[in-house]
Formats: sequence, structure tokens, C-alpha cells
Amino acid sequence: MKGISFGQYYPADSVIHRLDPRFKVILTILYIVCTFLCKSLVGFAALTLSALVLIFISRIPLRIVLRSVRPLLMIIGFTFIINIFWSRGEQLITPEGWPIRIYAEGIWNAVYMFLRIFALITGTGIFLTYTTTPMDLTDAIESLLTPLKKLHVPVHVFAMMMSITLRFIPTLTEETEKIMNAQKARGANFTSGSLMQRAKALIPILIPLFVSAINRAVELSNAMECRCYHGGDGRTRLNVLRCNGRDWASLAIVVLFGAGILLLNGVGIGYTLG
Amino acid sequence: MDKLYLDHVSYVYSAGTPFEQKALDDVTLAIRGGCITGIIGHTGSGKSTMMQLLNGLAKPSSGKVLLDGYDINCDVNDVLEEWKKLPEYSGMSPRSAKKAIAAKIKKTRAKLCFRVGLVMQYPEYQLFEETVSRDIAFGPRNMGLAEEEIRQRVLEAAAFTDIGEDLLEKSPFDLSGGQKRRVALAGVIAMRPEVLVLDEPAAGLDPLGRTFIFEGIRNYQRKTGSTVLIVSHSMEDMARYCDDVIVMSGARVIRQGSREEVFAHVDELAETGLDIPQITHLMQLLRARGLPLPENIYTVDEAVEALRALLGLGAK
Repeated sequence: MKGISFGQYYPADSVIHRLDPRFKVILTILYIVCTFLCKSLVGFAALTLSALVLIFISRIPLRIVLRSVRPLLMIIGFTFIINIFWSRGEQLITPEGWPIRIYAEGIWNAVYMFLRIFALITGTGIFLTYTTTPMDLTDAIESLLTPLKKLHVPVHVFAMMMSITLRFIPTLTEETEKIMNAQKARGANFTSGSLMQRAKALIPILIPLFVSAINRAVELSNAMECRCYHGGDGRTRLNVLRCNGRDWASLAIVVLFGAGILLLNGVGIGYTLG
Repeated sequence: MDKLYLDHVSYVYSAGTPFEQKALDDVTLAIRGGCITGIIGHTGSGKSTMMQLLNGLAKPSSGKVLLDGYDINCDVNDVLEEWKKLPEYSGMSPRSAKKAIAAKIKKTRAKLCFRVGLVMQYPEYQLFEETVSRDIAFGPRNMGLAEEEIRQRVLEAAAFTDIGEDLLEKSPFDLSGGQKRRVALAGVIAMRPEVLVLDEPAAGLDPLGRTFIFEGIRNYQRKTGSTVLIVSHSMEDMARYCDDVIVMSGARVIRQGSREEVFAHVDELAETGLDIPQITHLMQLLRARGLPLPENIYTVDEAVEALRALLGLGAK
């Protein structure tokens, strides 16, 4: 766990890393829309290709991206099986009279679903988690939600809460690890025994962790007040987000890609989703 | 034999990622049994990492950690050939011997944390029980001792660390910082470890609190004859309480030996950015000006003695 910050930000120097985080949030949403617009075989081929191209451009090693897909394999496998066995269609593959009926449509559905989830994960990963630091991300969200201020939504407060939360996840992880080690050094055992015993074994970790988290919160709020923090009004930023031609160009590319996917939906090769 | 021996130990954090970092780089060192050894080094010199290797909390990336000559991270296959010849296993078939050896290794590893007691940095954060005495009893209870024995050990550990009877039934969260620190120390001492390892035991305490902690540690060491290892960057404390000193810098050991040997190399210590004790430095300056003072002065008391002798005032 050591040294890996939340969100798996992967430092590298690529075009995507340098994009304006606000654009990256929008690009992610657009890309997700693209994955759902996709209906035809050619469309899915283009989508998969685009995901691979994104990985290539971002200069993030393929194995790192695949690693983030791994925890979702269970879900993917489950939907795959559901799709194969429960889809109804016209082209029956299994011989007549078998108790299990598998249709060609079911297999297409399953494959498309798999490709869609793969593109979804790589797309959001490449545009957001791998290439954007958590701090940039909260800045971007705050900036994008600014219009809501007119409706008296405390956008700045939410953004601040989010960045503090993200900031403290690694700190608390480290703290948990330390406390666990300290209790292990006193012979605590977290890995064996009945469910009840294991739940009880967590008490020596949870109590010190809560105590220190609350202390930390108090200290942090004191420190913020000492530096005259009083909410977002009139606050200026150290790093002002600025967009340039590259950001607009990337937006145009993704929009065109979406339009392309829509057009490719009309190509009638292979199976097309209804 | 050395109580603890680190044989070409390296430790790498997050190997194979962009965050890779070498915390220990081919460290070989020996720690004598029955005395207090101090490990000095700056933040990031690998001291704290090294401590976690000593009781098996972390495993070295390469190299061996030997406790009384026993490799604490050994694998069945490493020792199989050698152990098979022991009378314990000689009558067994190869398969059951291997099984028995594996069981033995597992058992030894589980008991390791009771043999090598580890007091982490800011140990007061590990307190969780309702009363001080119950918190101190956590370790002994995990050892599976009888209630009477546990009670005895709690009292003994409390005495070593100067925790009064009136504190034992209080909540650990109502104590002062220094008292909490001593309770946490008592929690480890109550396991009566052969080796007591402490990471910055006096960090953030006032001078009185520091003295209390170090006196407690020394008491424990003197009375039980156990081995104590103190990690710190305070030269003053090291000079005062340690018999041996190990100096670490940049994930490596740059010097180890008795206190006198190590402090004799002032220039080398200065190069790594570590200071010798202020009083030792003062005595050196006086010596440079021609006063015939001995070289091995590390505490104010020793300096007073030496100066009185020099002035012909005799012992105090």
C-alpha cells in the first residue's frame, strides 16, 4: 500500500496528463456516452481501438491499466454468463431439445458488454484517475459546478470536503497500517479465529484510528482558522486552471469520435444491438 | 554469539513501481546481547524500517535477520536438510518430518513478537482499552498467560515505567502525553521480551518525560539482562544511555561499535549531519585550547567530575 496515493495517479509526461482537468472530466462523460451509443460490430471495433489508442497516448503501461480491470473481472464474468444463457433471440446455437438454450444473439450481447465495460474502465481511468491528481480533480469539479452557486449550493465547501477526504485517505491508510503493526507487535491476531473473534480483533485498531482521526480533524480545522480560512468567498487560487487550444482540440476529437460511432452503427456487418 | 545479526539485508518499498525506494541497502550489523545499543541516523536513513524487520513484521527484500543465530524468516525448504538430522525429527518419515518442521517454524514465527518487543514511534496512539491496566495486559493476554500471571506482569511493567497504582484503573485517554507513552512502553515490557526495540521513545516529550522513559528502559534492561535497541536521532540520549552505537545514513550503516569508538570519529559524524553531544563538543574545544581533559566525556556529570579533578577539587 505504501507510496500509492488514492486514485492510482500514475506520473508520466503525456498529452493527456497535461490537459485541463475540467476538460478531462467532460471528456470522460462524453466518452462514457460514446460507449453506450455503440451498437454495431464496427462501432465496437472502433471503440476498442480508441481505448487502446488512449492507453498508448497516455504512456501508462498496459499492465497497470489491466490491473485496474482485474477487480471487476467477477462482475464482467457474471454479466457475460447471464448474457449468454438468458438472452433470447432467433439463432439457436445449441441443438433443439437441449435443456440449455444458447442463442447467437446472447453471445454477441455478452461480447459487446465485455468490450463496453473494458472501454468504460480504460476511458475513465485514462482520462481521470491515472492522469489527474486528486487535487486537480476536485479543482475541476469545483470549477465545473460553479453555476450551481446561483442556486445557493455551497460548491466550494463540497469541493473542500472532497479534497480533504482525498488528501487524508493515504494518511489514514498509513495510520491504520502503523496501528495494525503496533498491535501485531503485541501479539494481536487479525487473520484467524471465528468471525466474531475477528470482528473483536478489530477493536484495538478501530478505537485508536477513530481517536486519531478526530484529533486530526480538530487540529486541521484549528490550523485552517489560524490561517484565516473562512470559506470560498473572495478566495483566489495558486494554480489557476487555464484551457488552451489543445483542450478544445481534444474535446472536438472526442465529439467527432461520438459522431463517428453513431455513423458506424449504421454499418450492417455482424450483429447490431437492438 | 550476537543476539541479533543482520546479514546483507536490503529492503525496497513498492518494488517495480515508479514509487520504488530503497530503505535499506545491504546492511550488515551485529547487536550484542545484554546491553543497550543505539541506532542513530536522520529521518529517512532506514532506521525505522530496520526495526520492523527485527520481529518479522516486515520481511527483508534480500538478506537474513538472525535472532540467536536463527533466521527468523526461514522457509521449510531452507532448513529441511539441516533439521532432518536433529534427534527430534530423525525417527520420522521425510514427509512427516517436513510437516513437523513447517509447524515448528510457524510456531516460532508466531511467538517472535513476544521475544522481540517492538515499541513504535508515538506508541501512545496504540492505546485502546478502557483502563490502563487492561491495556498493559493486552500483550500478555495474547500470549495466553494465566490471569494471575498477567496481573503480576502488569504490576511489574507498571513499576518499571513508574506508573503509579492510582493510574492503573484510569482510562488511558485521560492521561498526559508522557504518561500515555509510558503506558504504551509498559504494554510491551509486560511481555518480557528478550529484545526490546524502541523507535524514538522520547520524541516530543519534555526533558522530565524523556528522563522517565529512558530510566524505565534502563531499569528494565538492568533487572532482566535483556537486549535493548533504541532508535533515535538525539546524540545526547544515545551518549547517556547506550553501550554500543550504530550510525546509519542513506539506507546504509556507516559505523558501528562501542560508544567510545563511534564518538571518536567526530568528523565522520559531522559529515552525515549528525552532532556529537554538546558537552563532548565543549570538552573537545577546551582540549584544543590546551586543557588536559579526557576524550570520553558524554554527559554533564562526567564533565563536572573531570573539571573538578582538573581544578584539584576532588570528587563531589
